[in-house]
Amino acid sequence: MTLWLRAKKILFVFIKYATLLFMAFVSLLPLVSCVITALKSKEEYRLTNVMSWPKELSFQNFVETWQLANMGLAFRNSIIVLVFVLVFSIFFGATLAYVLNRFVFPGRGIIKNLFLFAALLPGIAMQVSVYRMMYNLGLINSMFGYIILMTGTDIISVTIFIQFFENIPKELDESGIMDGCTYFGVFFKILFPLLKPAMVTVMILKGVSTYNEYYMANLYLQDKLKHIVVSTSLYTFTGPLGNQYNYICAGVLITMAPALLVFILCQKQIYGGLAAGAVKA
Amino acid sequence: MSTSTQTVKEPVPRKTFREWFYSRKVQKRLVIGTFVSLPLLLLMIFTYVPFVEMFQFSFYEMKYIGPRTFVGLQNYFEVFTRDDCFKALLLSGYYIVGAFVQLAIALYFASILCFKTTAGGVFKGVLFFPYLVCGIAVGFIFKFFYTRGFVLDTVLQWIGFSQESLPFWLKDTSINNISLVFTSFWKYMGQNMVLFLGAMMSVDSSLYEAANIDGANSWHKFRYIMLPSIKQVIVLNLILSISGSLSAFEPPFVITKGQFGTGTYFVIMDRLAHQNQKLGLASAMAIVLMVIIFVVTILQQVAMKKLFPDNDDNGRIRKVKATKGRKVSV
Repeated sequence: MTLWLRAKKILFVFIKYATLLFMAFVSLLPLVSCVITALKSKEEYRLTNVMSWPKELSFQNFVETWQLANMGLAFRNSIIVLVFVLVFSIFFGATLAYVLNRFVFPGRGIIKNLFLFAALLPGIAMQVSVYRMMYNLGLINSMFGYIILMTGTDIISVTIFIQFFENIPKELDESGIMDGCTYFGVFFKILFPLLKPAMVTVMILKGVSTYNEYYMANLYLQDKLKHIVVSTSLYTFTGPLGNQYNYICAGVLITMAPALLVFILCQKQIYGGLAAGAVKA
Repeated sequence: MSTSTQTVKEPVPRKTFREWFYSRKVQKRLVIGTFVSLPLLLLMIFTYVPFVEMFQFSFYEMKYIGPRTFVGLQNYFEVFTRDDCFKALLLSGYYIVGAFVQLAIALYFASILCFKTTAGGVFKGVLFFPYLVCGIAVGFIFKFFYTRGFVLDTVLQWIGFSQESLPFWLKDTSINNISLVFTSFWKYMGQNMVLFLGAMMSVDSSLYEAANIDGANSWHKFRYIMLPSIKQVIVLNLILSISGSLSAFEPPFVITKGQFGTGTYFVIMDRLAHQNQKLGLASAMAIVLMVIIFVVTILQQVAMKKLFPDNDDNGRIRKVKATKGRKVSV
């Protein structure tokens, strides 16, 4: 009997780790194959099977890809976009959440629902007419336009900040008012510094999604010589370069590197923020 | 100027402008006004005005520039009768099935990783990381992955398949949609798993201790403690995956460009809007899908209320506490 139980237990443990290992293999295989291919020299890529390990490591692909896809400029532009989108999103998200959470005023319910309903509208479908709006505003092919669009369609940060405000006691505001602060003072001097954890969450979630965004970047930043960002730089490898997988794999790995770095450094915040931002799945 | 009108308006000028300006009422209006106006303006410009415009466009035959003609409901008829539009919606069937499988697998791995596991953190990270890879990069990775004689074919040959017996993963219409659904599974399974895991971790750990004292095994703990407390998250995700599947876009857009019969509804819509410039038809397509998603969302709300009548957090905690009391007393 005990033997049977022990056999059962061992079987369970075996199944558990076997499935975990298999799934990890499935997750890693596409990425590892990229690494292998990116590290091969051009000749070796042509002559050997894609899954055979490179005889000698060559970083030539990374250098050439960096130049071919103009990635220096792409990273510079992506950093500009990231900084502005994050600053605006955090500022707008925090201020709006403050007002919606702390004050009762006519129209509050409507405004809240407008934001919640906007999260339901599929972004891709909206671009049909947003494109015309951007065109009329002269915002096509403008970094500023792209930044404003990314900020203006941001719902996640508002929801995260509202959730966070609910856990900050209102007594704090009142004590600030007693000390002679205006509401602006209360917000900027007392509450804003307390929002740091929520800001980190927004920065990571919004940061990763902005960095990875390619559909609108491709649609609105059409001048690929000037307004290339990291995600759209990969479009270099469509067309004639479309089967140069030694370059493509190197490009994929270069664009992935910052995400990997952020993931390794802020795993906890990413897992935690995911639940908070899960409203817009 | 403003102070003079102030004194005229107020019969007894008890307050100076400064006092009036710093009164709580005025300050409140000021802070609401400044903090709400800009985000609301942006929301209007980039979401609601285009939304209303799109509704208008759907009744016209038009391009981005140039004249437009009113065609009434013509575009809507076309959405349901054109070969490429409505049939594309049927492709979502693949994505719905895929999403359900994905949720089941995510639930399985979440419940494994919830208990003590060697290198559990590493496994969690490895399964989750694909979620952070840029969609375009995922596209290239899998184009490479599925190319004839490349990664997938090689691995399958290792375990004994011959190259001739393998299909063209992205061109063969009997399998290419499944190949594409798999890329979406690869990217999003880990994210679902982390969400489930978060819900599971929030279960009061003393419940498990109590169950241990009662001699419950892992299956009992999963079935009677874990599953009830995350049922809500599961049902919510099941329903969300339906609207997500209807609007499936990324895999066919970046990998096959909708060729070889892989064009989902949104891929077709995108092509009609931005390449063929059939703005009216594309708008009608968007509106039709939005209505469907809206209906699904309402059904979801109704279902959630029916299934979980007391779905506020307090209710759940109270129920959990009650179960705990019972368990211990047995």
